[in-house]
Amino acid sequence: MTDGTVEMGRFGPFGGRYVPETLIPALDELAAAYAAACGDPGFLAEVDALSADYVGRPTPLYRARSFEAEAGVAPIYLKREDLNHTGAHKINNTVGQALLAKRMGKPRIIAETGAGQHGVATATACALFDMECVVYMGTEDVVRQSLNVYRMELLGAEVRPVDSGTRTLKDATNEALRDWVTNVADTHYIIGSVVGPHPFPLIVRDFQAVIGREARRQILKAEGRLPATVVACVGGGSNAMGMFHAFAGDDGVALVGVEAAGEGLGSGRTSASLSEGRPGVLHGSLSYLLQDADGQVAPAHSVAAGLDYPGVGPEHSHFKDTGRARYVSVGDGAAEEAFRALPGLEGIIPALETAHALAWVTEAGRRGEIEGPVAICLSGRGDKDAVHVAGLGAGEAGS
Amino acid sequence: MTGRRAPGRIAARFARLAAGKRAGFVPYVTAGYPTLDHTRELVAGLAEAGADVIELGIPFSDPMADGPTIQRSSQGALDAGTTTGDVFDVLAGLRRHSDVPVVIFSYLNPVVSRGVGEFIREAVDAGADGVLPTDLPLGADPELESRLSESPLDLVRLIAPTTYPDRIREIARASQGFVYYIARTGVTGARSALREELGREAGAVRAVSPCPVAVGFGVSTAGHARAVGAAADAAVVGSALVDRLDSGGVVGALALARELREALDEVRPG
Repeated sequence: MTDGTVEMGRFGPFGGRYVPETLIPALDELAAAYAAACGDPGFLAEVDALSADYVGRPTPLYRARSFEAEAGVAPIYLKREDLNHTGAHKINNTVGQALLAKRMGKPRIIAETGAGQHGVATATACALFDMECVVYMGTEDVVRQSLNVYRMELLGAEVRPVDSGTRTLKDATNEALRDWVTNVADTHYIIGSVVGPHPFPLIVRDFQAVIGREARRQILKAEGRLPATVVACVGGGSNAMGMFHAFAGDDGVALVGVEAAGEGLGSGRTSASLSEGRPGVLHGSLSYLLQDADGQVAPAHSVAAGLDYPGVGPEHSHFKDTGRARYVSVGDGAAEEAFRALPGLEGIIPALETAHALAWVTEAGRRGEIEGPVAICLSGRGDKDAVHVAGLGAGEAGS
Repeated sequence: MTGRRAPGRIAARFARLAAGKRAGFVPYVTAGYPTLDHTRELVAGLAEAGADVIELGIPFSDPMADGPTIQRSSQGALDAGTTTGDVFDVLAGLRRHSDVPVVIFSYLNPVVSRGVGEFIREAVDAGADGVLPTDLPLGADPELESRLSESPLDLVRLIAPTTYPDRIREIARASQGFVYYIARTGVTGARSALREELGREAGAVRAVSPCPVAVGFGVSTAGHARAVGAAADAAVVGSALVDRLDSGGVVGALALARELREALDEVRPG
């Protein structure tokens, strides 16, 4: 499960456990419970059974021939995480962590959410296991992802709007951490991405790594070879790390993470932590971070709420510095265009987050920069974004 | 050399308190809130009002260990344009007329962003005696922790109600100047009552700690100060002072400070 670099919660120099002292015992308890669970065949069997019967795994790896024609590169495969129950990869992690919380005897679950997909996936797992669920969500995201707010409430979760700071994912995470510090005795915090203090980046990666394990097996079966290029969008980076991990040891496979350039690199309105940030400490770990000269965290921006975060998972920072993965970026406009294009080409409406990965493949393919086979993690479905993008089309674009 | 502190100013202050059987008063101030001029006036007044150590807080954009009051003061200070350099400047100004021990309270990122060596140099030059990083628990980053603890600055550590006994001993031994006991699981903020177990817990920390124990989080009133002063070596008051600064300005905050100082003088540390 682990390699030497993560023994101390470190990926190279990144990661760690920079949190208030109050949380240290809970993180120790979580790390120990997770290690014990990973050694328990009963736990692993329960995760596998729920993955199959409830989440709907394995998800298909689908060859997107019309999209290939658009992008000028072939073959292109889409790893259909949008077909998971609740419509995104997030549930891979929430089912696993909720089971872990049950093992630890913690009846109350909290989570942060940006796009609302992690909130919905957490609320779903809590409904399934009959646990109390509180989800923190920035007020800006409550507005632009209103469908997911309603879904969470239907599932029995309490959605607490967060009106501080930039009113997005960063601030929702601050508020979830404050709740955890206060209620740590009976509460487990299901972090939604490969971020946060050790052991969260490791746990979330391990529960998401099923994406890449399946994709690797599926493409070998379909093509008889490994992909040349594996692509995923990166906010915190959970679908990307889940997709990349199985390929990390395959030297011939190029790993490409696509960040949100928002209104364009250099505009001061981006979420491209790896492209434009420098190492810093936020939410418990050292990683690339958008910040000013004094170390104040800079407000992030992206049209995709799930990418609208100034930090990134520490393992991605490590992959950037070692060169194991390459990180590029795509702006709001190109992502919206890809969001509008894929439905007509393939009959699939992608999430705006995912659309960043699709947009980059289209651009890079047309420029002849990438080789097939290409495997893209189609991390989520776009129903949640339809109303928002329709509104942008009506004249708000670029505002 | 002007600005360079005499070694162990915090330890000397606690030794003097212990000799006089008095409990210490440790006010926290968010630097730059509502303006740097307010902070200059406030810290000078606190030194005169009998503060034993001043915690001078560098405002941070994402104060995850703080409740609504200090979130508001931090954001207010940043909105007013406060920089880390300004915080050191306030301290250097205080040093022209006061030798009250000052601990720089900060989240870690403003420290690592500056480069820890540069941060230490500027803090020492400004006249700081210690540093209290709220998100650098013991063992989190041994290299960074050594650089701070081997510097002229005292590295003040925190112990929480959730910290297990073996670790309480380790933290108390590693802490420099004093050790900060967090009065409750949760974030900072004024409260109407302290927890009943607090006196016993603070006593347990004192029993194993080679350095003085200050207690903070939720200490808001003269009554709280008396309770803490009877159980620990010092009381830390932050949010209540910020709240009073909002409602009564610097004059109001200093009136509360004097009230708390007097309350602490009515009890003797157990």
